[in-house]
This record gives sequence, C-alpha cells and structure tokens, in this order.
Amino acid sequence: MNIIVVGCGKVGTTLVKELAAEKHSIVVIDTDPEKLEEIGNTLDVMCVEGHGESASVLREAEVDDCDLLIAMTRSDEINLLSCLIAKKLGAKNTIARVRNPIYADGINLIKDDLGLSLAINPELAAANEISRLLRFPSAIQVETFAKGRVEIMKYAIPEGSVLDELRIHQLRTHLKTTVFICAVERGDEVFVPTGDFILREGDIISFVAPIKVANDFFAKVGAVASKIKNVVILGGGRITYYLTKKLLESGLRVKIIEIDKERCEELSELLPDAMIINGDGTNNHVLHEERIENADAVLSLTGVDEQNVLMSIYAHQQVPDAKIITKIKHFDFDDVLRGMPIGSVVYPKHITADYILRYVRVMQNSWEASMESLHRIVDDRVEALEFRIRQQSEILGVTFADLNIRKGTLVACITRNGETFTPGGKDSIQLGDTVIVVTTHKGISRLEQILDSEMGI
Amino acid sequence: MNFKLVFKLNGYILLFDAIAMLLPGLVALCYQERAGFAFLPVILLCLAVGIPLICLRPKNKELYAREGLATVAIAWVIMSIIGALPFFFSREIPNFVDCIFETASGFTTTGATILRDVEKLSHCMLFWRSFTHWIGGMGVLMFVMAIAPLAGGNNMQLMRAESPGPKVEKILPKAGMTAKALYGIYIGLTVLQIVFLLIGRMPLFDAVTTAFGTAGTGGFGIRNTSIGGYGEYIQGVVTVFMLLFSVNFTIYFLLIAGKFKSIWKNEELRMFAVVVITSILFITLNNFKLFGGFFEALHHSAFTVASIISTSGFSTVDFNLWPAFSKTILVLLMFIGACAGSTGGGIKVSRILILLKSLSREFMTLIHPRSVKTINVSGKKVDDDTVKHINAFMMCYVLIFAASVILISLDGYSFETNVTAVAATLNNVGPGLDVVGPAGNFADFSILSKIVFIINMICGRLELFPVIILFLPQTWKKN
Repeated sequence: MNIIVVGCGKVGTTLVKELAAEKHSIVVIDTDPEKLEEIGNTLDVMCVEGHGESASVLREAEVDDCDLLIAMTRSDEINLLSCLIAKKLGAKNTIARVRNPIYADGINLIKDDLGLSLAINPELAAANEISRLLRFPSAIQVETFAKGRVEIMKYAIPEGSVLDELRIHQLRTHLKTTVFICAVERGDEVFVPTGDFILREGDIISFVAPIKVANDFFAKVGAVASKIKNVVILGGGRITYYLTKKLLESGLRVKIIEIDKERCEELSELLPDAMIINGDGTNNHVLHEERIENADAVLSLTGVDEQNVLMSIYAHQQVPDAKIITKIKHFDFDDVLRGMPIGSVVYPKHITADYILRYVRVMQNSWEASMESLHRIVDDRVEALEFRIRQQSEILGVTFADLNIRKGTLVACITRNGETFTPGGKDSIQLGDTVIVVTTHKGISRLEQILDSEMGI
Repeated sequence: MNFKLVFKLNGYILLFDAIAMLLPGLVALCYQERAGFAFLPVILLCLAVGIPLICLRPKNKELYAREGLATVAIAWVIMSIIGALPFFFSREIPNFVDCIFETASGFTTTGATILRDVEKLSHCMLFWRSFTHWIGGMGVLMFVMAIAPLAGGNNMQLMRAESPGPKVEKILPKAGMTAKALYGIYIGLTVLQIVFLLIGRMPLFDAVTTAFGTAGTGGFGIRNTSIGGYGEYIQGVVTVFMLLFSVNFTIYFLLIAGKFKSIWKNEELRMFAVVVITSILFITLNNFKLFGGFFEALHHSAFTVASIISTSGFSTVDFNLWPAFSKTILVLLMFIGACAGSTGGGIKVSRILILLKSLSREFMTLIHPRSVKTINVSGKKVDDDTVKHINAFMMCYVLIFAASVILISLDGYSFETNVTAVAATLNNVGPGLDVVGPAGNFADFSILSKIVFIINMICGRLELFPVIILFLPQTWKKN
C-alpha cells in the first residue's frame, strides 16, 4: 500500500518503522529536515520536507495515488486539516490523531464530513489499557479481544510458585485450567512453547483466556491480589484525566498528585469526585503526607520518563504490595527497564502505533475473513491476531488435526455463540467464529496465512 | 452616579404603579366601594411625576453596576411609599407608618401584617394588598424590562439586583426576552392555580387573591384565619403551589424544553426536596398527638413546612402552639428559604449548598493541606468570587440580623418574639412565633421597630447589597 505519514514525532516514527517492516511504500512529510534525515537514513522511506496541510507538499508526496494518509503532527487542527485536504486531493483513506479532550465528543459528529476513516486518541487508548491492568493487578499486561470477552495477559512466575517446573500440558491435568500459554520470556529469549515446555520461576508467561478462566487461574497459582480500591496517580496529564474518569465510574477512589496549580484546578473542575493534590510527586514528604503507603495502586504518569521510573521504584520500595504502573514516553531501553521494579510499563506510542497498524492490516486484508484486532505480546516478536470469520473459506470445517499450521503459529481461542474455548485436534473453525491466533510471523492479515504455504491443506 | 438615568428608570416605576392601581380601582367599581376613590389621587400623582421623569434624556445611557443596584433599591422604597397612599387616603389604615409597613410587606412578599382584623378592609384594598405580592414576587423592574425597551444596552444589572440568588444568569440570549419568559411562566402558573382553586369551589375573589399571595410567596390572607377556614382540597392546592413557586423558574424552562436529565441533576432542587420531605416527616412525628390522626397531622405539617420554606407565611393552624422541636425546625426553615431564581425569600438553598460545600472543602484542607478542590454545583464550577460574595453576604446578613434584634428588643417583648420577628421579616416569611405568631400580628410594635422591620423586609427581598449601597457615601460621589 502507498501510505503517507505526516509528522514524525515519537508516535509517527514508531509507526513508520512498523509500516516499513511490513513492506508498505511510505512517504514521510515533516517540517524538520533533521528528523527526516534521520528517518531517511535508518528506514527505506521517501521523505518530503514541508507542511502536511499544504496542498503542494501533499501533491509532491503523490497524495492522489495514496491509499492512506496518517496525520500524526503535534497539532490536532493541522492533522484534521491535512486529512481534509488530502481527501480532496484523492487520498483513499485518512487517519488523524486527535487528542484534545475538548474535541472528543465533537469528532464523531464531523468524522464523516471530513472523510476521516479513523480518529485516534493516544491518551484515551493508553488510559483504557491502564484501566484493564488495574482490573487484573496480578498481570503485568492485559489486552482484550472479542469485545472484552477474552483477555491476553502477561504474568511473571514468582519464586516458589506452583507453576515452577510444570510442563505446559500439565496445566490442564494438574491445575485444571484451560489458560493457553502462547509465549514465554526467559531472560532475553522468547519461546512459543509446545506442550512439553517446562516453566521456570522468573519466566514471564503470556496467556490467552476468557475473563472467568483468567480469574480462576490467578486464584489457583495463588496470585490473588485484593481488589484495587485506592489509586494514587502521579501527574495530571490527559491520560490521567481519561483514566480517572473511568476509574471513578467503577467506584474506585482516586488521588491525583500534580505539580501545576492551574492544572489542579482544571482537573478538580473536570473530576469533582477525585481528590486533587497540588504537590510534587518526586517529593517524598508529599507522598507520605498523602499516605501513599495505603494505596492499592500507584501510577507514575508524569511527562518525564526518568521521573516516572524513579517514582515507581520508590513506590515499590515503600508499598511492595501495591500495583505499580509506569508510563514511558520515549525511552527506548526496554531491556534496562525489564529488570527494574517498576511494575507494568505502558508505552503510549506503541499503543497508538498498534492501533493504526491494526487498521492498516484490516484495510489491506481481503474481505472474506477480516481481522478485528492485533496485539503484540512480547515487544515485536510475538503477535496475537483476532479474526472474525464472515465468509466461506477452504479452511473452515477442517479439523485442526488435519490442518497444516505454520511453525510458530497457534490457534489460541475460538469464540462461538458467546462461548470461548481452547480448540483441540478434533475442533474446527466454523463460519461466524471469532478466532484468536498467536504467531511469531509478521504481516499475517488473512486467516489462510496461518497455514504452511508449501504443504497446503 | 448617573442621577438622570436613575430618575428616568424610576419614572417608569411610577408609571407602572399608576397602571397597576387601575386594577384595584376596577375591583372597587365591581363592588361599588367608595374606598376605590383613594386610588385616583395616587394615580394622578404618579402620572404627574412619572411622565416628566421618563422624558429625561441622560447623556450616558449605559447602566453600570452602581446605578443598577441603586435604581432597584430606590424603586422599591418609592413603591412602598406610593403603594401605601391608598390605604392612608381611604383611612382604612390610619397610621402612615403602618400603611408603609403593610405595603412593604406586600411588595417584598413578606406577608407580615399590622392589621388586627383583616376582614374589616374593603375588597379593593384587600385586592391591592394581595396584588402587591404578585407584583413584588417577580420584580417590578423585571416587568418593566419585559415590556419597555429600556435605554442603554445591558439591563442585566437590574435583573441581577432584583432577582434572588447568588448568581443570576439569563436563560435566553436577551435580558428582555428572559424577563418576558419568566413572566410568562409566572402568569401561567398563577392562572393554573386560580383554575385549581375555582374547581375547589372557592369564590373568584378569594381564589384570585390567594393565588396572588401564593405566586409571590407572600402570604397575605383575606381572612383572619388565613387559609384555615377553607377545605382540605384548597389547602392542598395551596401547599403544592407554594412549593412550585419556591423552585427555581429555570426548572420550568427545562421542563418545557424536555431536558429532564438536567432537572434531575439540579443539586439545589434535590437539596430543597430533601429538606422539605425530612422536615415534614420530623414535624409530623413530633406533633401528631395534637391532631385527630396521622394524616391530618401530615396535612397540616406539609402545609406549614411549604408555607415557611417558600417564605409565604400562610397558615391553616396556629403552629405557635406546636412542640418546641417542631417550632425550632420551622424557624430554621425560615433561614434556609426557597431556591434561587424563585419568588421566595430567605438565604436561599443554593447559597446554603455552596456554603456547605466550601465548608467541607475547608475541612478537607485541614487533612490534606495541598489538596485543590473547586466547588461544583450541578456539575458546574462555582468560581471563588461567588463563594467570596456569599461569605460577604452571610456576614452582612448576620450583622443586620443582630442589629435589628437589638433595636427591636427595646420594645420589651420576649426573646423568642424579637428573634423570630426579625427572622420573619428579613427572610420575607411573615409570621414568626409568640406575639408575631400566625394568630398574632405586628400592630403593637413601636414606630421605630416598624421602620426597622420595613428596612429588613426590603433588605431581604433585594438580598441586602442593593439597599446597603444606598448607605455607602462612595455611591453618591461623582467619580
């Protein structure tokens, strides 16, 4: 596909990287020549210097021939404007990043008039992810499939866990649970495990399961954290706003510590039920005055990554039982962060890039079996894909024992008539199913691609 | 101070008075009463002074805050004096201060009276007395705004000064349109009540005057027993309408527009409902032994609570004879008063609500010294200026209250009488307890006390500040 990306900030660059890896032909438009040069040097993309809302610049980027324009600049207005102009100039689809909460309600009203295919709000997406994490405090990471019926979660096996030295096929026999472990991280290595794989303490497992089964699993491995009631959020940005709104609706108590007085007043007006504290979250006097030790969850969501990491480490030290979540904006050293006691890490730029990537794949995907969503489980190495089977296909009705599925690819879950189960050899995919596939292969966009292409059925 | 503009606006008030007095004149014609002739010289006087005033051409037509406040305060004083003249000329109330007391009590919708025997008054005077309630309920300048295109641009100053509540806002883009809409609702509800009363076989004259008294939440009855002599149906209708008139009129606007969710979310209305219901329950439980049965007690308790919290002051029974607990609740209700933007008096529910919220904010900062909290009412932020304004209002209120009680106590009545008499006049309720209870009246107070009451009533109706501004020397300076 021909894709134009306007603006290459943090999210834009991440996105371009991902799209380039999927072999799309990409044109990047930005006003900053230095950034363009950097991207041009590291990635196989074309760079155009100029304003994304300028028609002549868009023409230079051959907008009339492009399948998708993604506007990712800092300004919502420029994003909307360049999408509108691009659409007039012949772009087939447009995606704009619109993050200002003030536009949140209005954007759906004008989406069609602007010819906008998708408006993405990175902060809202990040807030949703965090609120999912808070529902399963034991998990490191939580994502949803099948409209929230199936969750994909990460869990670190602690010392002395019943899972230690357990073979994966013993999960069913010993623990009587049907969770489906689809990836295991051990140190720097990532495995897509078979039934004989032996789990060790310290492993980070990723598994797919319906919500009930997941709860049951956490109970059986002794990882039932008490339900989260008191949440302390450090930093009062947009993510905090969206998140707090969500949390208050589900009856949690939220305390926000924000350093800027004016922002505090704004938040207090927007979120009358939250307690807003005007203070510096890096000041431990403030944290203790506000009884951080009584919190069930501490979220470091300020705009400064280093601060977030430090505050999370401190919070973990002070309240070892609390759920800690750390937001990382740019910081690229995932390996460094992995060893740190900073709880779950949330990367808004990845969340946004994933969201758009999912859309791009669904777009290019043939129409008989459309992909609903995509999640990356272990950084970029393992992906989980959700397909909804809408059309007849040669793959339907064939039992899994007879299907020749690619190496490193598994069918994790099938949702049929509202019930979710893990398929065995005798099961088959039917019309109307929602299927979740876990794979180490990149670029899968059709269900048929899970088959080994050389051997056929 | 732009005197010319203030005089011009007061010219409209005189003209309005002249027109308003035609109605009791008509009543006098119907009943063939000689007392009706008392209105004639007053109407002529109003026209003679009012028309030249209207013809004044002020250089600056802009109405600023101080002119707005002063105009309203002066207008209410003039109205009280002019309105008193017919009583005086007809000799039905011989003492002139008493006449002014009765008229001020009418216009400010207080309903306190110096008459020992109301039934002695002629029909046209009774009608005029009740009609002053109806005029004063919504406000005279509001009426002028609704019909006359006033000079200058922003008439909101007048509306703010005359409408009750901490924060007066337009419900329609133009001040004139807002005034018209509010009067529309006001007239509509009044007519509705008259119809309901007529269904209950109430005589037309009684129905109209009772409806006027209820609409303005005033409380002048035309019988010595107030509403006590009528049947239970009529008392019920009056109960319901007293409550209806003490609700913010914006609610009816939302009702017509079908915005039920906003009504449900209105915190002032909720608090008002909670206060009314709990008060009725507690009082009923406290006094039901005095009545024939639980429902009779409930009926009279509901009527009295509605009458006091709406600051009407009608009565069906003498609540002065009730137990102390019931009486105490009633006195507290006098202070709370009706909702902002209604025709009722008192401190207003929304002020109490904001005060309580700012108090809880203060408590929270004791525990969390760094916490930041804006005060929200019905999902809208109340800015700190409004909170400050309300604090000043409360302080002022307490000072005026204390000063009045001290002055009244010179007459030598009981403490209960003095405090409730001031509470009843400053909150525009009408009857208090003891000597000024529903069965009593204000006739025996000294001239000084009566003047204090008159000032209290006007202060209460205009919510203190417009009256206080008249006493500030700065107001009268040129710069």
